[in-house]
Amino acid sequence: MRTSEPGDPGLYDYLPYRGRPKVTWPNGAKIAVWIAPNIEFYEYDPPKNPQRTPWGRPLPDVLAYSHRDYGNRVGFRRMLAAMDEAGFRGSVSLNVALCDHHPEIIRMCADRGWEFFSHGIYNTRYAYGMSEEQERSIIRDSAQTIRKWTGQTLDGWLAPALSNNSWTMDLLAEEGLLYTCDLFHDDQPTPLNVRSGRLLSVPYSLEMNDTIVYNTNSYSPRHYATIIRRQFDQLYREGATSGTVMCIPLHPYLVGQPHRIEPFAEALAYIAGHEGVWRATGREIARHFLDHHYDAAVAANAAANAAAATA
Amino acid sequence: MPLPDDHLAYAHRRHGMDHDLYPWSDLLDRPRVAWPEGARVALWVAPLVQWFPIDGSGKPFRAPGGLTMPFPDLRHYTNRDYGNRVGIFRLLDTMADLGIRGSVMANAAVARRYPALIREVVAAGHEIVAHGLDMEHVHHGGLPEADERAIVADALAILRDASGQAVTGWLSPGRSQSHATLGILASQGIAYACDWANDDMPFVMATPAGPIHAMPFAQETDDRTVMLDMKQTEDSWLEQVRDRFDVLYRETATGGGRVMSVPLHAWVAGVPYRIGAVREALAYCLGHEGVWAATGAEILSAFQASTAAPHE
Repeated sequence: MRTSEPGDPGLYDYLPYRGRPKVTWPNGAKIAVWIAPNIEFYEYDPPKNPQRTPWGRPLPDVLAYSHRDYGNRVGFRRMLAAMDEAGFRGSVSLNVALCDHHPEIIRMCADRGWEFFSHGIYNTRYAYGMSEEQERSIIRDSAQTIRKWTGQTLDGWLAPALSNNSWTMDLLAEEGLLYTCDLFHDDQPTPLNVRSGRLLSVPYSLEMNDTIVYNTNSYSPRHYATIIRRQFDQLYREGATSGTVMCIPLHPYLVGQPHRIEPFAEALAYIAGHEGVWRATGREIARHFLDHHYDAAVAANAAANAAAATA
Repeated sequence: MPLPDDHLAYAHRRHGMDHDLYPWSDLLDRPRVAWPEGARVALWVAPLVQWFPIDGSGKPFRAPGGLTMPFPDLRHYTNRDYGNRVGIFRLLDTMADLGIRGSVMANAAVARRYPALIREVVAAGHEIVAHGLDMEHVHHGGLPEADERAIVADALAILRDASGQAVTGWLSPGRSQSHATLGILASQGIAYACDWANDDMPFVMATPAGPIHAMPFAQETDDRTVMLDMKQTEDSWLEQVRDRFDVLYRETATGGGRVMSVPLHAWVAGVPYRIGAVREALAYCLGHEGVWAATGAEILSAFQASTAAPHE
């Protein structure tokens, strides 16, 4: 149900960090750390979307296009090695057409037990301007493509290039997905208000995301490693009280550059060196929360709303 | 109203790339490349000399470093021209001190306006790489092919005449191309172009006029990108160049020869307070066993010789 006032997207209720039902993770872990490599395919000659131009320069934008392609040709393997070394599986935020273009990459991920969730068909096809039925068709395309190439169920969603519509979360729930990565309001999973079924927001991150770090904030590679450690240290401490989630979203074309991989690998090793860290996938976090904490969170929301209504 | 149907049609959703310029290939799955004398890393030092006309339109987009202020933008025009008058000589001296020959990427306008500079570069044994006509003449999809062909012909004629070299390398201003650029370059004697940023090694691209090689040219440890776009210090740039080298060098143990390119804009890296970091970066690379400082043409030639040889 969406009962919020105008100006609020109405996706979740206000439930402050302080005083929530306690979240616990498997084996007494304090923190669930998940890594979400965005394995993307950007098109050389994409159609124009009325609301967003894919490339900054007139087509063909060979510099921007080739920069992204670096991730698949070169950067992916460096990122993979760093994750293998630290014992992390990935939860792939996948432009699903990449299954067709580079099944070799999909195979390497699948062989390691990584999860695949959808990040749309291509990163140059936005949901802006789509009808509900058009958007539903890309969700179904994603589910079919991921099942065909990996045998997995599509459980998670990160909108293509983070392009959303007001009904997107409703569609995800109707299509049976478990979680979205598009919301940045919390460090713990959140039950969302959707028109039917259940959908969770699993914390993803802009701040830990290498695109924001490098392309927006222009941090240095070693500073990226520093903020990963600081983010982890704080969430790890807080996780002693109630379990937290830390996500590190990656893009092989950025983190996989030779001058960036080593500080990143060291930061991952730092995290892996701690006790009480659940090296999870997005799906595992969503399932655990749905099974053990969803009802308590919904009840807490209802109680908070009732208290607010009678105040 | 929904999006037009072509937004849900994917004509190029197939194995490999969504164009026919090169086949899909994972760097780590390719045959190992051997450099001359068993070198591990080919160090490619590449100073850039650029000229930004004072009356440019900046259309359809400004090349990086392009003038941004109302006409006459003297501050940026002269700041960029500093590289051609002063900065380049600091880079050339640094390379000479360290015994490095490399490739100077020159706008044809620099050769036309400052032929003495090109003579000095050539006398020092460096390669001249064509860097387009000037920084205003960007190649882009809206450029009529005949116009682009004329720009390339003009630029190459000027640079070949000024240098006395064959000039077989190309870097587009702003690393921007049209759909026709690679074919035009291949038809005019260009063997390699440095615009594409998708690899750490050379690879072949197909054009209607025959093959051309893409040469790896570090985009994200480029001096201008790191110090001006990303606003990081010269110390941080130096650290990133060293870190880049370390990883590439380490990878040669299993992956075969690698290319370490070091783009240096004369108007950025040639500034007095930055030149020390340049020297340190280059000396650091040279301080390792098996580092071969070479020109782009030499690297390409060694790459072709190695990839043509039979593999075990």
